[in-house]
Amino acid sequence: MPKVPGMVKGLGVTFRTMVETLKPSGGPATVQYPHEKEEPAARARGVIALHEENCTSCMLCSRECPDWCIYIEAHKTLAPPRRAGGKPRQVNKLDRFAIDYSLCMYCGICVEVCPFDALFWSPEYEFSEVSIADLLHEKQRLGEWMDTVPEFEPYEAGSEAKGRKVPR
Amino acid sequence: MNELVLAIELAFWQQTLIKVLVAAVLVPTTALIFGIVFLFKVMSWMQSRMGPQEAGPRGLLQLLADGAKFLQKEDIIPDKADRFVFKAAPVVVLASTFLIYVILPAGPDLIISDLPTGIFFAMAVSSLSVIGVLMAGWSSSNKYALMGGLRAGGQLIAYELPLILAVVGVVIQAGSLSMQDIVLAQANGSMLGFSGVGLPFLITQILGFGIFMVAIQAELTQPPFDMPVAESEVVGGFHVEYTGFRFLFFFLAEFATAFAFAAIAATLFLGGWYVPGIDPDSMLANVVGPIALFVKIMVVAFLIFWFRFTYPRFREDQLQRFAWKYLIPLALVNITITGALVVAL
Repeated sequence: MPKVPGMVKGLGVTFRTMVETLKPSGGPATVQYPHEKEEPAARARGVIALHEENCTSCMLCSRECPDWCIYIEAHKTLAPPRRAGGKPRQVNKLDRFAIDYSLCMYCGICVEVCPFDALFWSPEYEFSEVSIADLLHEKQRLGEWMDTVPEFEPYEAGSEAKGRKVPR
Repeated sequence: MNELVLAIELAFWQQTLIKVLVAAVLVPTTALIFGIVFLFKVMSWMQSRMGPQEAGPRGLLQLLADGAKFLQKEDIIPDKADRFVFKAAPVVVLASTFLIYVILPAGPDLIISDLPTGIFFAMAVSSLSVIGVLMAGWSSSNKYALMGGLRAGGQLIAYELPLILAVVGVVIQAGSLSMQDIVLAQANGSMLGFSGVGLPFLITQILGFGIFMVAIQAELTQPPFDMPVAESEVVGGFHVEYTGFRFLFFFLAEFATAFAFAAIAATLFLGGWYVPGIDPDSMLANVVGPIALFVKIMVVAFLIFWFRFTYPRFREDQLQRFAWKYLIPLALVNITITGALVVAL
């Protein structure tokens, strides 16, 4: 086979790409975004969801956040005892939990650091706003994202650790 | 035959008015067509994209929307700029484009002016644009613009030579500088005794065609010869300081000149408006001619833009070496061989 010069090969590449793009079976490599949605990977980092019941206001996420974009306010209160006749427990009641997505850089440290499984990644990415102030998601909005969090994939066979579950 | 349409004899000023209006409509239209078809669509397809989709059906009106956007932009002239030269530069560039359209024949009677020295005139006025580019680069009082302008000057001078030398081969074969005569020479020619399709000079002047295509690529400062406007090196070159309408002028001139050069290539090498089987003197040729010419232009333009979208940029010294050491000697050899064969046969 004689060697084809690189310049001619290059022309072939662009021409083939054009034919591929125009063929009904081919199509472009791009997605026509507003008309058709891109399917993000199951574990994609879109937005952070909060499962409020699991949060103990331990402040770990807030302190580890490189951007300081997590706001937590809580007060101490008494919860009913676990067993009948027991002493009421002292717990932190979450007043406010907010993530400012105009500051967040989606590093995921808060999700990693949370010891009580209260923060989760959701692959949703459509939460842009006209006003930048609206990117501050309060705990109610963060809780709504929980519905979009996908189940964890099971660990591979033979793993000692149990697979994680998403609290619903 | 021609008296049929021109039965109503028009005064000279009326004819001139019509010609000016046609040219004034034609030039932006051709730029629009090239911009949409090639810059937006073919380029996208070659990069596995769809191109603009939203403005108009399949995004065909995108360029009009962009043009309207340019008109709304603020007209900025740098403080230290030479205001008169700065304002005149885009007009000079566009004027050179308009002047090329004077000699483009679209049919036996469809030509603004069939100059006896047509192709020579086209080559001469097309090099006017380099003056506009140098004016823009010099008057902007911007080092990038100056670099871009000087690069454009060096490049256009280097590639003007092979361009003209490539044309000389065609001129020797046709025996005339007039665009109409060159078309007729191809229409009346014969290939080894077979005269069914005439003799497109592409067949005898294949070397000249190659040199011509490379040279117009450089004349249009398109990739791989786009050092004068290289974004990554001189951030747009000579038009870096231009905004709004003045930038639109440069844009318009670039694509309208691409169309004009594609038309010249189609006329010189592919037989122009001539369609095999149609008598080049008949009325029909006036109707079919523009369509045939347009199809041939699109074929040539596809080649130009195909190279544009495929190759990365040359280095400045590579560009100069390529022109002076390869293209010009090749073109001279081409002229010698053509001349010898024309005399011998």
